[in-house]
Parts: sequence; C-alpha cells; structure tokens
Amino acid sequence: MESNDAAKLMSTLPGDDIRQIMWRYSDRFELQMVVQSSRQVARSVVARCVADGVRNSHEWNDRKHSILEAFDQAGLTQVFMDPQDGGFIDGPKNLALALVAFELSWVDGGAATSSLASNLGLSPIHEKGTDAQKRHYMKACTPPQPGEDREIMRAAFALTEPLPFIGVDTGVISGKATVADMDGDEPMLQIEKRGRFITNMGFADLVTAAVDTDDERLKTSCMVILEEGDEGLFDRGVPTQKLVHQLSSTRDPVFSLKVPASRIIGGYTVQDGVIVPNFSHAEVIEAVFRRTRVPVGLMSSAKLLSAVEPIIRYHRQRFRGNAAVQPGTPRFESGLQMKEDCLQRLVDVWAAGEAGTSLGFATCRLLDTYDEIEKEKERIFAEEGIKGRAQLKAFRKINKDALELLALRDQSEGERDDARMQELEADPLVQFALQDSLANVLCPAGKLWNTGAGANTMREAVSLMGGYGVTEDCPGFLGQKWMDMQLEATYEGPESVQRRQLSITMTSELFLAQFRQWIDGLRKIASTRPGTGACALARAMELWLWTLEHLQSAKDADGKALWNTNRHGVCYPMADALCWLISVYYQILDVMELAEKGEMNPVVAEGLEGSLNFFSDLAHTQVARAAGEAGRLCAELVYGYNAHPDWDGEGCFDAATLEDLESVMPGFGSQATDVVEGDGSHAAKAGPCAKSCKSGFVRLRAKMDVCLTGSRMAKDRAATAIGQLMIPEALDYPL
Amino acid sequence: MSFHIVVCGSLVPDPLQTLEPMQGPTGPALKNEMMLPAVLDPWAGHALFEAATLAANVPGSKVWLVSLGPKAKLQQLMMSIAQKVAFDLVAVDGPAGGFLDAFETAEALAGAIDGIAGLEKDKMLLFGGCASSSRDASVTMQLIGERLGITDQFLAVDELKPEADGSFQIMERIEAGEYLVSKCAGAPAMVGWATGNLPEPPNNPQVGMQNMRTVMPALQQAKPAQVGTGDVNFTKVEVPQQRRETKIVKDTPVEEIAADIVAWLKG
Repeated sequence: MESNDAAKLMSTLPGDDIRQIMWRYSDRFELQMVVQSSRQVARSVVARCVADGVRNSHEWNDRKHSILEAFDQAGLTQVFMDPQDGGFIDGPKNLALALVAFELSWVDGGAATSSLASNLGLSPIHEKGTDAQKRHYMKACTPPQPGEDREIMRAAFALTEPLPFIGVDTGVISGKATVADMDGDEPMLQIEKRGRFITNMGFADLVTAAVDTDDERLKTSCMVILEEGDEGLFDRGVPTQKLVHQLSSTRDPVFSLKVPASRIIGGYTVQDGVIVPNFSHAEVIEAVFRRTRVPVGLMSSAKLLSAVEPIIRYHRQRFRGNAAVQPGTPRFESGLQMKEDCLQRLVDVWAAGEAGTSLGFATCRLLDTYDEIEKEKERIFAEEGIKGRAQLKAFRKINKDALELLALRDQSEGERDDARMQELEADPLVQFALQDSLANVLCPAGKLWNTGAGANTMREAVSLMGGYGVTEDCPGFLGQKWMDMQLEATYEGPESVQRRQLSITMTSELFLAQFRQWIDGLRKIASTRPGTGACALARAMELWLWTLEHLQSAKDADGKALWNTNRHGVCYPMADALCWLISVYYQILDVMELAEKGEMNPVVAEGLEGSLNFFSDLAHTQVARAAGEAGRLCAELVYGYNAHPDWDGEGCFDAATLEDLESVMPGFGSQATDVVEGDGSHAAKAGPCAKSCKSGFVRLRAKMDVCLTGSRMAKDRAATAIGQLMIPEALDYPL
Repeated sequence: MSFHIVVCGSLVPDPLQTLEPMQGPTGPALKNEMMLPAVLDPWAGHALFEAATLAANVPGSKVWLVSLGPKAKLQQLMMSIAQKVAFDLVAVDGPAGGFLDAFETAEALAGAIDGIAGLEKDKMLLFGGCASSSRDASVTMQLIGERLGITDQFLAVDELKPEADGSFQIMERIEAGEYLVSKCAGAPAMVGWATGNLPEPPNNPQVGMQNMRTVMPALQQAKPAQVGTGDVNFTKVEVPQQRRETKIVKDTPVEEIAADIVAWLKG
C-alpha cells in the first residue's frame, strides 16, 4: 500500500467518461445523449429561472412553463415513451429516466419533479393500461412532430387527498366512483375526487386519479383517466404554498366529472350487471411506485455531488480580494482549503453523494432487467391460469428453487451440479424471484437513505459555504437544494413508509441469502483492492445479520418479543442500518467497475490511477461512516431492551460475602467491581455494570471496530486530493 | 442544384475550465487536457449549423462533419453535437490541441475528405471556422482548400445566400464593422465562417439517433493521423495575462454596463 505522500491523486473533477463506466452506460449512446440534453436544459433554462428568482412564486407562469417547452424541445418528454409512441429509447427506461432526473436535479429539484410527475401521471396507463389507452395517451403526451396539428397533453397523478390535512392511505380512498348510467353502449361513471398537493396540476389536462367504489354496480376501487374537457367540474384548485420545488406546479384540485367506463385504467368487464375493473387502484399503484421512487432518491444524491464544485471554489477564493492577501500566497491560492476541516467535511459530503448515486443507479439497472422478467412471469402465469393467492403458493416452490440456485452459485465448478444450475439460471420465474427480492429492498432503501441521510449531509454542505449557503445567491443554489431534499424525503412515500416496507422485505430468506453472498464477494474484493474498505463493510454486514437473527428470537426486559413489524423501535433502526450498508456496498462495486473497465478508455486511462485512488478512498471513508452508524444502531438494539441490573439484584456482591470468598480464594475480592457494603452503600452509579452475554455480538463489534483501520488515512488522502483538484474557472450555470 | 457540404470541425477544451499550459512529453499541452471536458470549437459550430440549414433549404444537399481528434473524446462530443443537426461523421483519430501545426492538420483533413465515398467535388462547399478557439492560426481552412484544389475561398463569413442557379452571395467581415459582399458562380468553394446568424439548435434526440447510425461506425473506423507540432519549436507558452474581475450585479441597465466596460478599458 502506498503511503499517503506517494499516492497518485485525482487531478480533475470526474467527467462523463468516468461516470459512464461507473454507472454502466458507456455502451449506451442513447443514454449518453439523454444526459447531454438534460444537462443543457438544466444548466440553461432551468438555472436561469432559479437565478432570476422564479422560484419565489407559487403560481404557474410563463417562465415555469418555458421549462416544459425546453423538455419537449430537447427530447426529455419523449424519454418515457416507447418508439411506437414517438419515443426514441426501446425497452425499459428506468435508468434513462433516472439520468434525466439526476441531471435536472443537479440544478433544481422542482424542474426534475415536473419531468418525473408527467411520467408518474402516465405510469398507471403505461404499466396497467389497455392497449387502446396506451396508444392514445402516450401519443397524445408526446410533443407534436413537424406536420402534426395538435397540442401536447400533459399528465398529473392524483392519489393524495385532504384528510383533512394531507395524506393518503392506499387502503382507504376518499375519492369515489359511482355508476351514472348503465344503459348506453358504454357505462358512464361519476367521479368525485378532491386532490391535495397534486403535482403538475397547474397545467395538466389529463389526470390519472385513484377512486374507491361507492356503488354496488362497481365492484372495486380503480384508477380512472380524467380529461379537462370531460362533462362536469375540472377545477385545478388553489396553488400549494410550497417552500420547496417551486418550479413545479402543485395544487389542490377538485374533480366532479362524468366519464365513460373505458377510462378505467386496465379496462373492465361486466359481470351480472356489475362493472369489474381489471385492476384495483392498489394494484396499479404498486406497479407504479416501485419504479418512480428510485429517481427521487437519485435527485437528492445529485444535489450532494453538485455541491462539491461550488464549495471547492468558495473555499479556494474565500480570501481573494482582501488587500492583505496577495496572489501567490497560500492564503490566496488555497483559501479555506488550508484548513483540514474544510477538506475533510467535503470528503464526507462527496462520499455520501457517491454512495447514494451508486445505490440509485444500481437499482435502476436492476429494474431495467426486472421489467422484462416481470413481463415474462406475468405471461407464464397468465398462460397457466395462475392468479391471486395461487401465485403466492406457486412462489413457495419457486423461492426454494431460487435458494437452491444461490447455493449452487456458491459451489465451485466440479463440485456443483452444473446441469441443475443451468436449468435454474434459465428459469425466468427463479430469476424473477431473485430480482424481486432485491428490488423490494433496494427501491425503498434508495428512497429512504438517499433523501433522509442525504438531507442531513446537505446541511453540512450548506454550512461549508458559511452564511452564503443560506442566501439566494449561493453558487450552486445549495440552500434551495437543502430545503428541496426535505420534500424529496417525503413525497412518493415518506420515510416511515419506506422503513415499513423494508422491515418486511429485508427479512426475506431470498434477500438474506443474497446479502450473505455480498459479504463473501466483499472479502474477495478486499483481497484485490483493500483500499476500498470492503473488508470492514463485510464485517459490518455480519454484525447487522447477527443482530437481525438475535432480534428475531430475543425478548425485551418485559418479556415481549422484539421482532414484530409493528415494533418500529426495533425494525426501523435495523432498516436504517441496512441502508447505510447497502449504499456503500454499491459504491464499492462502482469503484471496482472503474478499476476493471477504466483502462479500456484512453481518456479515463490517463488519470485512472489517481481516480481509482480517490474513489477507493471515498468508499473507504463512507464504509467507516456506515459501519459506525450500523454498529451504533445494532448495539442500541442488542443492549437497549435489556433491564439494567440494580444494586439489589444479581451482578453485585455484598461486602460480607466477598470477605468470605476472599478467605477461601485469596485475590477473589480484587476481581469484584460492584460491591454493596454492609451499610447498603455502593459506588455512585446506576447499578452494577451491565454484563454482555452476547459474546457473538461483542466479538463481531470489536472486530468491526478494528477493521476501521486505515479509514482515516483514506480520508486524509481524499482530502489532500480535493485540495489540489483542478476545477473550472466558473460554474457552468448562472448564479 | 444541390450541395455536398463538408464541415471541418473538432473539439476544444470547455472554455470554463482552467487552462494551464505545460510542457508535455511530445511538446506543449494543457494540463490535464485529455481529462478536461471538451466542446465543439465554437467557430466550427457556427459552420456546422449554417451547413445544416443550407442543406435543409437546398433539396438534395448533404452534410459531412470531418473531425480530427482523439476518438474517445470525439465520441463524448458527438453525444451532444449529433443531436443538433443531421450529418455523416468522418472521424480522424489524432490529437486536437492548440499547439498543432496547421499544415499537418490540413494534410490529415484533406486526406480524409478525399476519401469520402459519394462526395462529388464539383458540388462541394468546404465549411469550417475562420479561426479556432484553441489556436487562432486562421490558415487551416485555406490550406485544406488549396490541397483539394478549391480556389474560391471566403473568410470570416456571416451569410451565404444560395440562388436557384447554384450560385450564391456571400457576406464576409472586413475591417471597421463593414461587410464585403461577393457573388460566387457556384461550388466548389471554401467558406470560413465567422459567427453566422444562427443560434445553436436545441438537442433533438431523434436527429441524434439517426446520426448515430453513422457516427458510431465512423468512430470505430477512424484512421489514425500523425499530426504534431511540425517544425515549430515552442520556447514558451502561457495563457494571456488577464485578471478575471467578476462583478455580479442583477438588473443593471445596459448603459451602465457599457459605461463600466469603457471605464475598465481606459484603466
């Protein structure tokens, strides 16, 4: 291992070549073009809006609308569409959409939200709509091509309701649908829906709304498509007085509309005079939210990474202009970067941004493959007529097969049954089970950790700009970004929803089996690239696993079982701890990808050693932080539910007994630390010191702590690299 | 009458980057030049956008973009440029820096143009920037034109108006803010563009996807070119001495900004 003095340093901010490798789209030019287009819109039209104070209004106006037009013109609106509907990207688009959100959010989260909300509005149709619905609405929401005489439609998604404040319980919807008329060719529905905080409502002319049935002639809840020209009331409502994301439109609409039943998303059948929607609103929403939450997490991480350059520039130039500080002096050239603290705190910000981004993009890539496999699963089940609970039953066997496959993958060639392994690898249902168990953890983890821990880290970033950080003029708009992240932690499912989902999905046998394989994989990585902190992370993951297994069987001091998904004090911190670990896990994988592929790109190859050193050091720093957080949370849970011993109970000696024992076993008394004297007095403390009977935990925790060896040296190196990093002369978007 | 428009243009470092000259192993270079983000040379950009507009207005016309640069960096550049206007890329793999010899550069580009299949030289309009933002030698386009036998050459052009008979009128910048207006009987001609009159087109991914059909193969098949500093010996290189004095003031009237600049010029 090189000493800190000899290590080669990264010389410039990482460019697109490096990012394309790390985030795995170096061979996808359509995504590279999307990135360039998004960046151009973000750093011109969007940035000018922010710089001009357009955020300082709740009303939708022409300046804000110009952002939508820029999206249309640059092809960002079409990213969501399939080629037959006017799009240009074939196949799943989770990664593509996430890259758009990432680039827009680099400048402003509200602009990114406008883009995502249009997709969210269309997602119910895209995921569960009938072919006719897809054909009509996808095309209608694509910008008109030359020669087409039509206006583009824009979509909003209406789920959230006033209850009386704001919120939604997906199980209980206040919006209602009744049957207005069954007599014509097509049944007509009367929709009564009040929305709250509905994004895009200032301009959307198409709304996908969740409603419950309020009529015995309508079997279940459903989602319906509402259009501005429908008969009845289409009231956009009042604008929300947001403190954040003001470049997106949010209002509280009221709908009282008569629409044909053909607007039920996914279609319907009529059975014995009852309209039966093919999908309940919950089924549609489940398919939608799994995908749309991931880019939100990435939006927060983009903000952290976007903060790096403005902070470096601010620190370096902090004293320039002062008559006493002359060019050429360290104070002039390095400014605040002469102080270690500035550099090291920026390392923390950067490392957290990397971890969140790695997790987010890894999830998107997983979803891109998952989308295809999910379709195949649905095809197979439809072919075999397996529905509802029968699917759950079928998955008991499939999950076993998936576990068998994981076990086979662990075995070496020659030892394992290759034919069986190939059979299982080729089974789409087995692949679905594996990917589903991962997606069920990664999606909420990215949304939860990137936004929540990210917002806390962003506070640090803002503080690194001093008072400038909380002004409208702060380069990089850091103050606004910090506030925006609070919303990102909330919308599309607040933190508690993500923790709740994780507390269930993270205990899946399939996920845990893969988690154990990650630990093995990390040890292998550590043997070739120890500087990443992979070994320490493996140890922290073992500690988390030990804690989970302990909590699942342990009871608290009152005899109540600790593991219960309603016992949020136990499950939720475990979910939080897991998020710290898996985010940095993917960060390490991205470093490894760069190590493997960097040499093939001449641009990257030139500075590869320095880049790898830096990204490894960032990962190592983040591992130490994640292990520390996980260790703290696990320790609190393992010990925190035990009763503290008191002076009357076990765990202490009375002085007389100790004297007797001393006479039999000389020296015994010196071992006793907690002694009650004859007059009842004792040392001034809560009670005898609690003893750990969790030797496994103690051992693992101690090992994990020791595994942090070198992590602060890594942080020093990363800080040194930042101190000499070449940055542009000026930010590439307006102030 | 249609035109075959060949635009010469390559990349330059993003002007926002810190550009620090240094002595590299093969001559002078910019510090970290390979790793710095690059943009299309703005002068060549004007030429390209004018070429695309001209081709769109004269049916049957076609545009090629001939670029000399490190192909990995050209590929990044294409992800943005290829979305703006339709063209066929001809890539030449070699250096693209501010210290290259214009003669050697011209030789490599002329050779690449000579090799373009389907290019009809009697219809050819050779476009490029009248200068380059990485090195203002202002001779490369003339040298390419001469090598290709093009004797009608126009420099610092801001407008080219085609006529139905294949002739065109050209406005060249001359001193004192005046234009020289010329009439050319027709192709072939070399046009070194100044800024032209067109804004940068927005990105259009459909155009990009279309262009990518030729861009990616062109990059893969890019022939290496031996281009260097020629016989030039650089004894010293440095960025022009300047002090960036940035003032951020919002809503300042134009007159006040002008007065500020005049005061600054007067020192």
